[in-house]
Amino acid sequence: ANADHTFKLDPFDMHKIEDEGPSTDCTISSEEAIELYTQMTKIRKMETAAGDLYKTKFVRGFCHLYTGQEAVATGMHSVLKKGDSWITSYRCHGITWLLGASMEAVLGELCGRSCGVSQGKGGSMHMYWDHFYGGNGIVGAQTSLGAGLGFYHQYKNTGGLSVAMYGDGAANQGQLFEAMNMAKLWDLPTLFICENNRYGMGTSQERSSASIDYYARGDYIPGIRVNGMDILHVREATKYAAEYARSGKGPLVLEMVTYRYGGHSMSDPGTSYRTRDEVKKMRQGSDPIMGLKNRIIEAGMITEEEIKAIDKQAKEQVDAAVAVAKESPEIDDSGMVDHTYALPIQKIRGMTMHETFTPPGYTAPMDVKY
Amino acid sequence: AQVTVRDALRDAMAEEMRRDPDVFLLGEEVGQYNGAYKVTRNLLDEFGPKRVIDTPITEMGFTGIAVGAAMEGLKPICEFMTFNFAMQSIDHIVNSAAKGHYMSGGRLRCPIVFRGANGQASGVGAQHSQCYAAWFGHIPGLKVVSPYDAEDCRGLLKSAIRDPDPVVFLENELIYGESFPVSKEYANEDFTLPIGKAHIAKEGSDCTIVAHSLPVGQALEAAAELEKEGISCEVINLRSIRPLDMETVINSVKKTHRIVTVESGWAHFGVGAEIAAGLMESEAFDYLDAPVSRVASVDVPLPYTKTLEAKCQPQVYGIVNAVKGVLYRND
Repeated sequence: ANADHTFKLDPFDMHKIEDEGPSTDCTISSEEAIELYTQMTKIRKMETAAGDLYKTKFVRGFCHLYTGQEAVATGMHSVLKKGDSWITSYRCHGITWLLGASMEAVLGELCGRSCGVSQGKGGSMHMYWDHFYGGNGIVGAQTSLGAGLGFYHQYKNTGGLSVAMYGDGAANQGQLFEAMNMAKLWDLPTLFICENNRYGMGTSQERSSASIDYYARGDYIPGIRVNGMDILHVREATKYAAEYARSGKGPLVLEMVTYRYGGHSMSDPGTSYRTRDEVKKMRQGSDPIMGLKNRIIEAGMITEEEIKAIDKQAKEQVDAAVAVAKESPEIDDSGMVDHTYALPIQKIRGMTMHETFTPPGYTAPMDVKY
Repeated sequence: AQVTVRDALRDAMAEEMRRDPDVFLLGEEVGQYNGAYKVTRNLLDEFGPKRVIDTPITEMGFTGIAVGAAMEGLKPICEFMTFNFAMQSIDHIVNSAAKGHYMSGGRLRCPIVFRGANGQASGVGAQHSQCYAAWFGHIPGLKVVSPYDAEDCRGLLKSAIRDPDPVVFLENELIYGESFPVSKEYANEDFTLPIGKAHIAKEGSDCTIVAHSLPVGQALEAAAELEKEGISCEVINLRSIRPLDMETVINSVKKTHRIVTVESGWAHFGVGAEIAAGLMESEAFDYLDAPVSRVASVDVPLPYTKTLEAKCQPQVYGIVNAVKGVLYRND
């Protein structure tokens, strides 16, 4: 059952795309399709665990879950290349894991433990990995930083590209338009990915945006509206966009229409600005994991039993990671004063004048060799 | 030999760009226009548009792009026409550049220089004449330098470009055109100055005057005037705001027992305030024979009117009076 299968996709809404745009035939092998299912399942279970860890107070502060939106990052990741640079908003746990960090490191970071990707110094919104630049707590900041990542690929002629992901809320930030202007002016290989989950915190897109055609809001930048609840749709659109950016044509906007099942963050029940019925309808009628599952079973790529085995294995992996994260210690004072600088040339003042810390790698200014 | 601050800055950038192909310059009018203050003169001719990049007037966007490029491994010099406009992009300087290394547990680095004119200007009003030393000096994760003369500018800019951390480099437009004598070592391609180390611009025994940027010149003038009255001042050019070289200040106070700070920013929560607090928290407290005295800008937005503009910013006579004050020599 490892043969390729071609799935028919819905047409794309397009803005200033001059050719036919992404293919509406998605050909994929069983192996790849099952991998997509597995990855989305693991992200969902990891986020469920994150939510539980929040409720049991292992996770502090903010915690924004990706539940419902898994198809966006997973689908994109499956067709982009290693070495492409990514940056996203605070809704970053799943992406951090997709890009190579272990579940222990993601969940450990959520718990503020030393096994975390950032040794517990970043927290829920500040996770990083190779060529992954967060995890940003400032809405919209990632869009110009993301264009800067694209600038790097152009400057060094790497053949790579950058992915700048932002929500429908951030789509109204002024700096997005500054970043888009320069990205197009200089033809930076940057994909502006608007993850439209319809709500910026508790404000619906209709109440925040004069135009909800986010794929067209790059004006002079071509854009495509994608069903972000259909991972194969995401995959074909990303394939097209990546080829476009890599060929030197400049940036592209992809609007991924998606939905978050939970509230904006753990402190938001997510019910005061939308109906329970709406959430239920999305969960039952548009779920990206269920959708892919039904398609690949129908295509004979996998059986119900095999799916169950994947689900079970994912649960076990997440449970094991949770245990590691909970057990991991928090970093000590040395960790506290480390990494303020890559080249630390000042001692660190403590809470009072009686306490001064010497950061690891401290070099007196006179001893620095530039 | 004499060199202008403008040439010192220009040559330092050109040499570092020759030395390292990952160093590039971006900002408003840095290329075809040769810099709003002509600091980047001829750099476009030598390095081409790939490495000398004219940006649109969108500080937040181009600062974010520069920081993003630095995070992936390039070494941008991000020029602000003046630091007043960097307020548009302070989020990227503080939240993106300064905190990334820490928040990532060391995974992320941001080797970038933010540079441009800061502090006093002439006749341009409140929005264009502000000193941001205290603003950026407040932030752990940033290194902040505020050079005075040509040697400072060359040595500190080369260090800043080579430094792996984000460095805020505060220049002053009123001294771009001034010439300063330079040492023999100045011409060396590796002429760097240590970030975090103050410079004793003039030795003295009766009172310490600490200043940074343009006020260093005023402090030296005040010291020369006071010398005529038999008062010997030690003038410290801070060079660096963060780290702040309190050791040099403390050692000087132990010798002179009196200190006056000079800055073009406001006194409230300023560089002088930090120095005063640092002295209170050190052994120098026991050596002080008079309270610390701060010379700073009058606590109002800077007026445009010529006489008031002068009256509102540190002047030599103000420094002279402050020194006499801590010596209890005011009549």
